[in-house]
Amino acid sequence: MNSDSSVPERPPISGWYELFSRGARDWLRHSEKIRAAVREHLPQIVAGSDIINGGARTVHVPVRMLEHYRFHLRADGEQTGVGQGKAKPGDVLGQANANGGPGQKGSGGRERGGTDLMLEFKVDEIINWLWEDLQLPNLQPRAGRSEELEWKREGLDRHGARSRLDRRRSLKESVKRRALDPASPAFNEDLRYRQLTRRHQPAVRAAVFFLLDVSASMTERDRQLAKTFFFWTAAGLRREYQALDIVFVAHTTDAWEFSEADFFKVTGSGGTVASVGFAKVREIMQTRCNPSNCNVYLFYASDGDNAADDRAQARSELEGIAKQSRYCGYAEISAAERSTATETFQLFQEVATTGVPSGLFVIKGPDDIAAAVRHFFTAESQAAQIDAQGTAP
Amino acid sequence: MTQDWRWHVPQLEDLARKLGLEWSPVIFEAVPDSFMTEIAVYGLPVRMPHWSFGARYIYQLVQRHMGYSRLFEVVFPGNPGHAYLASSNGLADNILVTAHVLGHADFSKNNLLFRRCQEQGSEHIVEHAANHARQIERDIEAHGQGAVERVLDAALSLEQYVDLDQALRRERYPEFVAAPKPRVSDSFRSRFAALDAGPCAIPQSHKTRAPVPPHPERDLLWFIATYAPEMESWERDIFLAVREESFYFYPVFATQIMNEGWASYWHARLLREADFIPQEAYVDAIKCHSDVVRPIAAGEKSALAINPYHLGFRLWEDIVKRWGVDESLRIRREDDDFSFLRNHLTRELATDMGLFRYQRQQDGQVKVIGGEIEALREGLLLDKYNFGAPRVSVVEMRNDGTLVLQHDSQLDGRGLDVERAGKVLQYVKSVWRRPVLLKTLDATAQPVEISADSAAAA
Repeated sequence: MNSDSSVPERPPISGWYELFSRGARDWLRHSEKIRAAVREHLPQIVAGSDIINGGARTVHVPVRMLEHYRFHLRADGEQTGVGQGKAKPGDVLGQANANGGPGQKGSGGRERGGTDLMLEFKVDEIINWLWEDLQLPNLQPRAGRSEELEWKREGLDRHGARSRLDRRRSLKESVKRRALDPASPAFNEDLRYRQLTRRHQPAVRAAVFFLLDVSASMTERDRQLAKTFFFWTAAGLRREYQALDIVFVAHTTDAWEFSEADFFKVTGSGGTVASVGFAKVREIMQTRCNPSNCNVYLFYASDGDNAADDRAQARSELEGIAKQSRYCGYAEISAAERSTATETFQLFQEVATTGVPSGLFVIKGPDDIAAAVRHFFTAESQAAQIDAQGTAP
Repeated sequence: MTQDWRWHVPQLEDLARKLGLEWSPVIFEAVPDSFMTEIAVYGLPVRMPHWSFGARYIYQLVQRHMGYSRLFEVVFPGNPGHAYLASSNGLADNILVTAHVLGHADFSKNNLLFRRCQEQGSEHIVEHAANHARQIERDIEAHGQGAVERVLDAALSLEQYVDLDQALRRERYPEFVAAPKPRVSDSFRSRFAALDAGPCAIPQSHKTRAPVPPHPERDLLWFIATYAPEMESWERDIFLAVREESFYFYPVFATQIMNEGWASYWHARLLREADFIPQEAYVDAIKCHSDVVRPIAAGEKSALAINPYHLGFRLWEDIVKRWGVDESLRIRREDDDFSFLRNHLTRELATDMGLFRYQRQQDGQVKVIGGEIEALREGLLLDKYNFGAPRVSVVEMRNDGTLVLQHDSQLDGRGLDVERAGKVLQYVKSVWRRPVLLKTLDATAQPVEISADSAAAA
C-alpha cells in the first residue's frame, strides 16, 4: 500500500535491518560498472589537454545510468492510454507528463531510457588508474644516505612550539604532580612538547629530466602532445615517489631550464640541435645530483628532426648521460607513419644497442598518450626491453 | 505511541473472520523505512544481488526523499504469510494497514491463480528467495563476481519469460515422437485389419526423434536451463532460481487491480464496522484511506495513469453493492485482472469514475479520444499481457546448437526495439555459448534477423 502523502519524521528503530543495505551494495556495484566503463575510455580522458592548462583537480564525465536490457517493442509514434478525470473526447490535455499521476508504481525497472549522471573524477583518480602497476623502470636503492634528512617525532620536552603540545602527556604530568600536592596550582612545568629530530633515511632517490624539443618543426599540436605526456608522467611519478626531483628542460638550438609552470607554457622557434639539450641536462646532472646515490632518468620528446651535422655530437652527449642514468626514454611525436626512422629515433636505437636501458615510443595522436605512459612504466615492457638488450650482441 | 497497534490485531481478525474472510496466519513485523524501500525495489525481502537493483534503488530513494510516494506495508503470501510494516507508521496507519493486510492474506489464500502458483512453487517464497540469494553469494565466491553477473544479466533480462501453464519442476520434452494412438476398434476396422496386406503392407516405422522444441516454447528460462549445450550446472540453477521467483511474481502482477482493490475494500469496511477503534485513530485512518485510493493528484484535474487501488476499490464496492458479499468472495476466488475488468467494469461505473482513453501524439500532445467500454477495458489491460513483455519464443535449435528465437510481431502489433533486443541476445549468448538469432520486424515492418554477433559488432 502506498500513498503520496508526506513522510513524517520518526526516529529509526534499531535492529539487524540497519546493519546492512542490499540496495546500497548493488548501487555500489552499479557505480563500479560505470567507472569500469569510463575507465575503458581512459585514453580519451587523458588526451583532454584542458586538464594541464586549467589546473583543475577534477574532470567531469557525463555518463548514463546503465540499462539492464530487456526485450521491448519498438517505440510507437502514437501511444494510447487510459486516464481518469474531467475530460471529454476531443479535449487536449497539453504536454504529457510521462510519469503519470498518483499511485503509479515504478513498473519494476522496465521504464525506458536512462538517467544521465555527471560523474566527477579526480585527476588523482585518473592518475591512479593510469599508474596502477606502473613503476619507474629499473629503480634501485643506491648505497649511502640520502642527502635529504627526514624529520621524525622523537621524545618530549618542556619547551616547544604550541602546535606540538602533547595534551595527554601534559595532563598526566599535572595529575601526577597534584597527587603529591593537591593544593598546588597549575604550572607551566606540566606542559610537554613533542620534539622533532632529523634522522637519516636509507632512501631511494630519483631525479627525472624531461627534455622537450620546442623548435619550429614541432607544431603547436606536437608540443601539446608532448606536454600532455609529460604532465601525466610527472603526476604519476609524484604519486609514486616522495623524494623525486623533476627537472624541466626545453631546447631549440639553445637550451633552458624551466620551472614546471613555465615549462607547460613554453613555446619556441628555430632549429633543432639535440646535443645542446643533452648538454644542458648533463650540466644540471653534474651540478645537482650525485649519480652514486641517485637514480637518474631522462625522457626526451621530439619530432625527431635533428640537424644532420649534430649526429656525432648528440650521440656522445647522450651516451654520456646514458652511462650515468638508469633509463633513457624517447617519445617521438609523429604526425604520420614514417617509412624510415628519424635522426633522433636512430640515435636512440644505436644507444640502446650499447646496453643502456632505454625505450622508444611513437605518439601519433592524443589517444596514444596513455599507451606511451604505460609503455615506459609497465613492469612487463621493462622486462622485455632489458631482456632484449641482454641478448643483443 | 500511547497504544500499540498490535493490540488491535486479534480484534480485527475476529471481525474479518465474522465477515467471511479466511487466511493463513500472518507474521507482522515493523521494519525501518530503508528496508521498506529495498522490498519495493527487489520485490522480495531478501533477493539475489544484481547491479540493476542498485540503479532502481537509487531511483526509489530519490523519489522517497522528494516525498512522491510512501510505502506503508508489503505482504508476502505464504503459510505463514509475512507482513512488513513501515516503522514510521502511526497508530492509525497501522490499524488501517493491519486491516489491509488481512484483505491481501485472504486474497492470496483463496485466489485460484495465487493458489496454483503457490502449489507449483511453495508457500515459503520469502525463505526460498533468501536461499537463492545465499546460493548466489556462494557462487560469487566460487566462480567470481564477473561470471555470476553474466548469468544473472541473462536470467533477469528474461525474467518474464516463463510458462505458468507448465509445472515449476518441468520434465524435458519426450525424446521421441509419440507412437500414433491405437485407433478405436469397430467392426469395419477389425475387418480391415484382417485383410491380407500383401505387398502393399506399410513397413513398421521405427521411432523418430522429436525436434527440440517440438512447438514454439515461451518458457525461455526453462528452455535455456534445460537445453543449453554447454551451461554449467550452477548456471542452470541460477536460471531456475529466477524462474521460481517469476512464478511467485506472476499472480501479484496479474491480479494487481483486484488484489489491491480487495484489500482496500476490506480495510475500509473493517474500519467502518470496528467499534473498538478510538475515535481519533479512526478519523486519521480514514484520511489515510482516502489518500491511498485517491485517483487524481491534489490540485490536478485529470490523471494519465490509473491508480489501481482506486480502480479496484470502486469495482469491488460496486460488486458488493450489486451482488452481495458471497458473490464477491466467489469472484475474488476465480478471476484475475483480465476477467475482472472484462466482467465487472461496466459502462456506468466507467462514466461515473471519469475514465477516458487518450492518445499521445508525436508532438507530445495528449488528446482525449472517445471509445466503447470494450476499448477502455482493453486499454487498461494492454500492459498486462504476457507478464508485460513482448511475446518471444524459441522456435528452433539447429544442429550446430544455434538458438533461434521468434518474436510474435503480429500479435504484438509491431517489431522489437532492435538495438535492445541485440543486447539481450548478447546476454543470452554468454550462457548459451552458441550462436543466438532472433526474428522480428524492423521499422518498415520487414522481417529482420538479429544475431548476438551482429549486435556486438554494431
